Amino acid sequence: MEEIEPDISKDELRRLYRLMVLLRNLDIRGLQLQRQGRIGFFIGSLGQEACQIGSAYALKPQDWAFPAYREIGAALLRGATLKEVMNQYFANAEDLQKGRQLTNLYGLKSIKFVTGSAPIATQIPHAVGTALAAKIRGDPVVTLVYFGDGATSENDFHTGMNFAGVFKTPTVFFCQNNHWAISVPVERQTSAETIAVKAKAYGFEGVRVDGNDVLAIYRTVKEAVEKARKGGGPTLIEAVTYRMGPHSSSDDPTRYRTKEELEEWQRRDPITRFRKYLEKKRIWSESDEKKAQDDANHEIDEAIAHAEKIPRPALETLFTDVYSDMPWHLEEQLRELQEEKGRKEE
Amino acid sequence: MTVLNIVQAVNHTLRDEMKRNDKIVLLGEDVGVNGGVFRATEGLFQEFGPNRVIDTPLAESGIIGVSIGMALYGLKPVPEIQFLDFIYPGFDQIQSELAKFRYRSGGQFTVPVVIRTPYGGGIRGSHYHSQSTEAFFVHTPGLKVVIPATPYDTKGLLTAALRDPDPVMFLEPKKIYRTVRGDVPDDDYMVPIGKANVARDGEDVTVFAYGAMLHVAMEAVELAAAKGINVEVVDLRTLLPFDIDTILSSVKKTGRVVIVHEACKTCGFGAEIAAQIAERALLQLKAPIVRVAGFDVPFPYVLEDEYMPNANRVLNAIEKVHNF
Repeated sequence: MEEIEPDISKDELRRLYRLMVLLRNLDIRGLQLQRQGRIGFFIGSLGQEACQIGSAYALKPQDWAFPAYREIGAALLRGATLKEVMNQYFANAEDLQKGRQLTNLYGLKSIKFVTGSAPIATQIPHAVGTALAAKIRGDPVVTLVYFGDGATSENDFHTGMNFAGVFKTPTVFFCQNNHWAISVPVERQTSAETIAVKAKAYGFEGVRVDGNDVLAIYRTVKEAVEKARKGGGPTLIEAVTYRMGPHSSSDDPTRYRTKEELEEWQRRDPITRFRKYLEKKRIWSESDEKKAQDDANHEIDEAIAHAEKIPRPALETLFTDVYSDMPWHLEEQLRELQEEKGRKEE
Repeated sequence: MTVLNIVQAVNHTLRDEMKRNDKIVLLGEDVGVNGGVFRATEGLFQEFGPNRVIDTPLAESGIIGVSIGMALYGLKPVPEIQFLDFIYPGFDQIQSELAKFRYRSGGQFTVPVVIRTPYGGGIRGSHYHSQSTEAFFVHTPGLKVVIPATPYDTKGLLTAALRDPDPVMFLEPKKIYRTVRGDVPDDDYMVPIGKANVARDGEDVTVFAYGAMLHVAMEAVELAAAKGINVEVVDLRTLLPFDIDTILSSVKKTGRVVIVHEACKTCGFGAEIAAQIAERALLQLKAPIVRVAGFDVPFPYVLEDEYMPNANRVLNAIEKVHNF
């Protein structure tokens, strides 16, 4: 047992757990905010907290993360603040993405967390390209790309895996097999025995890991990251987990899956499991738990209170950042919109 | 000054800029050892090595997607898509990713990739080596779309594209890759993106064209001159953002407009030019705008010559607007 237990300090273990608690609470509150009509949309990571925290913890600051759209926990671990994240949820004037993306399609350059998009698997070749660029420049940089089981059916999964194999790029492919792509089960994505086995066809290693065990994930990703950094090429990791919540605020999972299945996975809840581990090591107590929950909710309350009072992004942000400089036709369209707005207000 | 054809101008420009900017990386199918199927990258693999000129797997979405990742890291990738007709597996990467990165990240992440690709008909290539689908890209905010028609402009525009902070679609008219030759200064210069060129001064009619069609237009203009019609020809050079000032000043001068492109007529780029003129210069027009374009059919094979706009069709259009 001790041989496979990663070497993480007591304080760090407690920090990781607290982040998972924060993420869980953020998910619950995020969906509530959407239901209350205070934010437009929500997409969460309920049940996948171990995947995000364990994987991102294995990266170094110089490494790059390419999220799909559920990886806000990985962003928080890499140093995004809850305040920044909540500004993105409210898509307000302080949101660095200027209110242009749906909730949790988050990106922050300072932590090398690349803005995601809604099309599936398109980020996979990007992660390979960034890794190839780093390799060409001789930099000890690794990229980690997040995607789900559904993404493995897409062309860009194939093309990304293939380029990574051919160029032996320092890329970790981190597939969260959460069993459902909206309503379609993983059996409809592939008839392969596992997703991990697909790596064989691209000439590199694929491994499967318990996606609800944060320490197993950390250990597996760390091995893959170190191998990549040493020039050993890419690895595909299949983290077997479960999406305990809806696909998004627009989804009703009772239409396509059973209560029993959900309950079975709730018994394997990654947060409960990690808490039991910490308690067994006698580094977590009831009062720690209460404080962690209270702190998380307090921090979320504060972030919401702040984000909600910030106004919408300014009108001109509709037209900025399409190009580095605004071309004449966008300047003209902005002027027309401003005049139109001015007339309405008269 | 050196006399070059268009594909040589591409090659020389890539070499010159790669010497100046070690972040430029070329990648694509057959671009390395083979120097590209049109020889646009000939000798560059040998000169700059396998880390600067990369033969890739045969996968357009990979070539473009990987280029985006390289650009995120700060390199200047210049992918070649062998034929524009083959770009569609990478279309999602262009539409959903390349064109939107700066905007969706609030300006945090930029991906100034220059996609080079030969386009257009006239080489007996049938459906899949001939099409002109530039309008798809013009319809995509976040991209710049550039089409040279001369060796001079090829060097100047490609140099500008390689120094541009935004993604550029650089479409090369393959029919005239070798047939159009001209003086190209050896010195470093740029032709600014977004500026059209009045290729020939005239008073009676304006013909707007770009790419290989510029030369068809010039041929037609000589025929028109013989009939006493003095035609102005504007080479648009950049389709997005296009040069509205040059377009309008020519329309104001002549009041008669013919637009030539080999792309299908319906929703082709000519429709945008015609609409812009109608919105901004209706009262300067002395005749309806006429488009000479490819037909609204899949690109043909043996009847290619009938499909492609030629000097006679352009001349007929010139006479039609002139005699209206």
